[in-house]
Amino acid sequence: MAEALLTVDHVKTYFDVTKGLFSKKQIVKAVDDVSFSIGEGETYGLVGESGCGKSTLGRTLVQIYPVTGGKIYYKGRDIDTLKKTDRKEFTREVQMIFQDPYASLNPRMTVGEIIKEPMEIHKILDTSQQREERAAELLKLVGLKPDHIRRYPHEFSGGQRQRISIARTLALNPRFIICDEPISALDVSIQAQIINLLKEIQSDLKISYLFVAHDLSMVNYISDRIGVMYLGHLVEEGTADQVYSSPLHPYTRALLSAVPIPDPDVAKARRKIHLEGELPTPLNPPAGCPFKGRCPSATEECGKVRPEMKDYGGHKVACFHAGPSH
Amino acid sequence: MALLDVKHLTVDFNTDQGVVHAVRDISFSVGESEAVGIVGESGSGKSVTMYSVMGLLAANGGIREGSVVFGGKEITEKAYPSRKAYQAEMSKIRGNEMSMIFQDPMTFLNPVVRIGKQITEVIKNHNKVSDAQAKEQAVALMGQVGIPSPHERFGQYPHEFSGGMRQRIIIAMALANSPRLIIADEPTTALDVTIQAQVLDLIKDMKEKMNSSVIMITHDLGVVASLCDRIIIMYGGKIVEAGDAREIFYQPRHPYTMGLLKCVHNPEKKDKLTPIPGSPPDLLKPPAGCPFVDRCSQAMRICKLRMPEAETYSETHTCSCWLEEAGKRKGENHG
Ligand SMILES: Nc1ncnc2c1ncn2[C@@H]1O[C@H](COP(=O)(O)OP(=O)(O)OP(=O)(O)O)[C@@H](O)[C@H]1O
Ligand SMILES: Nc1ncnc2c1ncn2[C@@H]1O[C@H](COP(=O)(O)OP(=O)(O)O)[C@@H](O)[C@H]1O
Ligand code: SF4
Ligand code: SF4
Ligand SMILES: [Mg+2]
Ligand SMILES: [Mg+2]
Repeated sequence: MAEALLTVDHVKTYFDVTKGLFSKKQIVKAVDDVSFSIGEGETYGLVGESGCGKSTLGRTLVQIYPVTGGKIYYKGRDIDTLKKTDRKEFTREVQMIFQDPYASLNPRMTVGEIIKEPMEIHKILDTSQQREERAAELLKLVGLKPDHIRRYPHEFSGGQRQRISIARTLALNPRFIICDEPISALDVSIQAQIINLLKEIQSDLKISYLFVAHDLSMVNYISDRIGVMYLGHLVEEGTADQVYSSPLHPYTRALLSAVPIPDPDVAKARRKIHLEGELPTPLNPPAGCPFKGRCPSATEECGKVRPEMKDYGGHKVACFHAGPSH
Repeated sequence: MALLDVKHLTVDFNTDQGVVHAVRDISFSVGESEAVGIVGESGSGKSVTMYSVMGLLAANGGIREGSVVFGGKEITEKAYPSRKAYQAEMSKIRGNEMSMIFQDPMTFLNPVVRIGKQITEVIKNHNKVSDAQAKEQAVALMGQVGIPSPHERFGQYPHEFSGGMRQRIIIAMALANSPRLIIADEPTTALDVTIQAQVLDLIKDMKEKMNSSVIMITHDLGVVASLCDRIIIMYGGKIVEAGDAREIFYQPRHPYTMGLLKCVHNPEKKDKLTPIPGSPPDLLKPPAGCPFVDRCSQAMRICKLRMPEAETYSETHTCSCWLEEAGKRKGENHG
């Protein structure tokens, strides 16, 4: 892989949720010791069940949450100690697109104002006229019409609003975009539109993506590499093909076997791995392997210490009983 | 005879902006112990269809035309002497012979009433049983739908349950009186894939145990692929295609169905995703012709003007699209 654009090094994001002054300290370990890196123009997919820490990780990367431990490097520099001009560059180049295209657009602003606002804040282009032209250009780029510029968000469908938020993000000429479930609120036929749009933008502008989702088949489609999270930990990582076609971690296998396949003959023939139990909470998580309570292959060893991530030729897994030899 | 027979159902809503033509002349039936999937874009009229069947339409809406026959009996308001008589009949049927599983369990669960009490209420509403018997049945049901330690959980409140467990409670309540028809409206859309798989298996098991019929409403083709015998595709308030699962997945006829299949990524195949451009029609002013015309790459002049009739391709397979007619005419011209 080319030099990493973003490196996440043993990052922890904890939340103190202790209620009263005299109650026992309660810590939610939403992200717990996660490391990975993303290259220039690469798409890294992040999957896992609800509450496993995907959004928290994304928000930590754009400094909405402070890191509790570990370091994040952007272009090789620690983002916590950036100098003024580097900091400006970082806040412009690293952007986030959210799940809910309804909530993330200001209903009182026109589409043009929405797209121009970040350009004004970051002093991109000199005159209002230039910004207006650029906004119209961006609308065309995301598949809307330049004359939509004077309309308001409520006049658009969900898919169109997601296009507007993508246009707003692109106004900053970002290098790295965190897409937090950008399609899960949309209809199937519209999801494919947005996914293909993101792919086109990437090949034209060489942007890197962190693509967060719980829809594994879409993640497989868009990603170069995939990381699987469970209870705050990264438990498996590899190329999209490695993770999808030869998953190593018992959790990844269960997750994959749960994806409904839109093909009746294949679906009927498929053997499902049943995961017992519910999602555990990251509030005082168990010792040992985070997955042990639901794991069909768990042994006594798994309850003692947490398995380290092992690297099998770029395909990494954190499990005592997984690996190509198992 | 079919268990449920819907004919020419037409449903309108009055709104500030005008009349929303949510469901426009649809007909379908569901046989005994059959599982039927209804698939379509959001706003295509799936939920409104089912609310009409259950007699649960919002106050600003109504069935303008058509009939719904359930177990041989007409169950639209027009067949009853008064609204009151109709509602009395429907509340006897709902939760008993016909029950519904909603997308968001909290629209159905009362947050301040203990889970156990909510289940026993459903049982007692339709059966003459003692409190102790109702409780025994409720605990057994909770066990059947996979709630761990049902005895202890019986006295807990909804917020003490996870999303997946709440959905199971809804399923337990829906199954309490062994209904002949279970209507599930996107029961797993809000759940994680792993929990979704558990809930779908549960619905499948329960259906087999009780020989009930199931109507599964979803926008996810994957969900209906393994569960449903027959699939109905809705678009813009109309049924555009219907067929058995293999016909819909392997021999789709309607350009929307074909488009939808190309929008989902089938990891077994690795095809490129081909989105359907554009967005669904506005049901305040639905097109006179085919509802899909603005997004269809094969649209012809007639498509905008007139709604195509349903063509029949097999005992189960029907499709409404002008392409069939166009094909025939071409054949005539050449032959
Ligand atoms: N501000 C906060 N204070 C306390 N706990 C939090 C906070 N934000 C997130 N959490 C907790 O951290 C954990 C991880 O949450 P996060 O939102 O990152 O999950 P996620 O993987 O994005 O899930 P989803 O798929 O549902 O979006 C959860 O248990 C959540 O309740
Ligand atoms: N109470 C209501 N008032 C006005 N319009 C409604 C109401 N309920 C549903 N509709 C409209 O009816 C159409 C079909 O809705 P619905 O059946 O809920 O779609 P879905 O296929 O997503 O379940 C939509 O255009 C929706 O906006
Ligand atoms: S370490 Fe043990 S419990 Fe954890 S995933 Fe591997 S086998 Fe299962
Ligand atoms: S009737 Fe015409 S517009 Fe409608 S699906 Fe068929 S070809 Fe397309
Ligand atoms: Mg999230
Ligand atoms: Mg609906």
